[in-house]
Amino acid sequence: MPTRTASVAWGAAFLLLAALSVPWFLWNDSTVVAGFPVWLWWHIGWMVLASITFAVFTQRGWGVWMGGWSA
Amino acid sequence: MGRLDGGVVGVTASLAPAGALQSAVTIQLGIVVAYLLLALGVGLVAYRLTDRTAEDYYLASRTLGTVVLLFTTFATLLSAFTFFAGPNIAYGLGPEWILVMGLMDGIIFGVLWYVVGYKQWLVGKAHGYVTLGEMLGDRFGSPVLRATVALVSLFWLFPYVMLQQVGAGGALSALTNGAVPYWAGAGLITVFMIVYVVLSGMRGVAWTDTLQGLFMLTMVWAAFVWVLSAVGGIGAATDAMASANPEFLALGDGSSSPSLFGGGAYSLPWMLSQAIGIAFGVAMFPQVNQRFFVADSETVLKRTMALWPVVVLLLFVPAFMLGAWAAGLGVAMPESGNILPGLLAEYTPTWFAALVVAGAMAAMMSSSDSMLLSGSSYFTRDLYRPFVNVDASERREDLIARVGVAVFATLAFVASLFNPPSLFVIGDTAFGGFAQLAPPVIVALYWSRTTLSGMFAAILGSQLFYMVTTFTPAAGETMTVLGVVVPGVVENFAGWSSSVVGMVVGLLLVVGVSSVTSASVAEQPSVLEGPTDD
Repeated sequence: MPTRTASVAWGAAFLLLAALSVPWFLWNDSTVVAGFPVWLWWHIGWMVLASITFAVFTQRGWGVWMGGWSA
Repeated sequence: MGRLDGGVVGVTASLAPAGALQSAVTIQLGIVVAYLLLALGVGLVAYRLTDRTAEDYYLASRTLGTVVLLFTTFATLLSAFTFFAGPNIAYGLGPEWILVMGLMDGIIFGVLWYVVGYKQWLVGKAHGYVTLGEMLGDRFGSPVLRATVALVSLFWLFPYVMLQQVGAGGALSALTNGAVPYWAGAGLITVFMIVYVVLSGMRGVAWTDTLQGLFMLTMVWAAFVWVLSAVGGIGAATDAMASANPEFLALGDGSSSPSLFGGGAYSLPWMLSQAIGIAFGVAMFPQVNQRFFVADSETVLKRTMALWPVVVLLLFVPAFMLGAWAAGLGVAMPESGNILPGLLAEYTPTWFAALVVAGAMAAMMSSSDSMLLSGSSYFTRDLYRPFVNVDASERREDLIARVGVAVFATLAFVASLFNPPSLFVIGDTAFGGFAQLAPPVIVALYWSRTTLSGMFAAILGSQLFYMVTTFTPAAGETMTVLGVVVPGVVENFAGWSSSVVGMVVGLLLVVGVSSVTSASVAEQPSVLEGPTDD
């Protein structure tokens, strides 16, 4: 059964992934690096990070929030 | 690509004397028909493996592996959006739409894949559920709730299927310069879909989706590389965009940006409204929700979740950058109203543009076939079985399901010939309609004190809220329906969409009403609570 800490931590991690997938702090920035706007590079990197986070979640966090269903 | 390439070039050469336009039409039709036959072939192979039971027909006996589940869900979600509407938005407003798609399908849907999907998978496997309505009806001891979920879903689903047929008919007609009339294009697609969906069920649909998904991904990247090499690389394409549409580069709405959906495109509330409203809507779309029941094992669900964000990037970055670059390269919007075919016509040979349009049709078909199957299952499992024939045998249900697919597809085709404006509006706003189901469903999945009254209040209340705010005119205006003057109501909530606001209404209703009502005797919270809960 996953701990309460794990449940909260994974919830926070997912919220953070969602909150910064759009780089709001680069608002109105039009810098171009290697052919793409820099905000697009941020997004590409962030989505790769999201994939890695999800992969780690499936290994370490799988079963949180599932109550009586988690073994 | 190599072999296909050679074959198609051969066809071009042999047809050249017939005249350029004629041969172009022949190539285009040849590619589309070859593609349809391939899909049919896959369906036939799947048919040979099918048991004659409803669970096998709808869910392939819950045996889908990682690649097939990933691509069938992905291809199902995409419809023609990737090829047409998405690049059009990027062409008109700039490439920020990539961010909305990433947040929507890569992250929010990825999390819902676990929160809604894994939970439904666990419950569905333990109790043998095939539809969302069946699960909720059992949990709350209410066949009426089951039917309500099915009816609300079918209300939004039917016009959406019709829109896909309208799109396919229009695309074929535009591709062939009218040589194939609209009705014939839509009819051809409908007949092919009926044949392979009726024959092969979920297994055939999932396999053809995988084929279609891989095909789309390949075509998008081939188009990306081809166009970039023609214009001199990423740097040159972006420079052209920077000089023609400087506001495209800056993140945000850009003061001179035209507005596609009314004020505030690419503002924060707008972007979040789109991402949240559509992601939750997707999870409640019957054909996607039903896929939560079909994974073979937990491993399949895990791998699929981890791959979501990367697959989303791989498809949407090239597709939408092409749309944004087209604006900078001065490609005019073609008559068909879709920029991607226009861009390809400018920079790539006819056969390649036809392949991409075939890819778009693949996208439409992979959405429609799944919608037909799930629409039919909602009808047979949640309406026919509980209310018309409780004792239907497995074989009988299997037969009704297949007949249901044919009837659903035919009705949607007939509707697409008339394309009534009211159905068009409903289909166009379907994501928001499905999103309204998400709050009560998620609360029910996780909060055992949810009551039947809370469910009805939230489902009916949020649907009413969303329909009133979506279908009535803007505040201050009026509309006359059957001689009755309807006053406008508020549709915009400080930049947030009525879909997201409606979800909040649904959340408040399900929690509020459940708190003040008590469970009826027929309710069984244990259905969703799991074996080891105390």
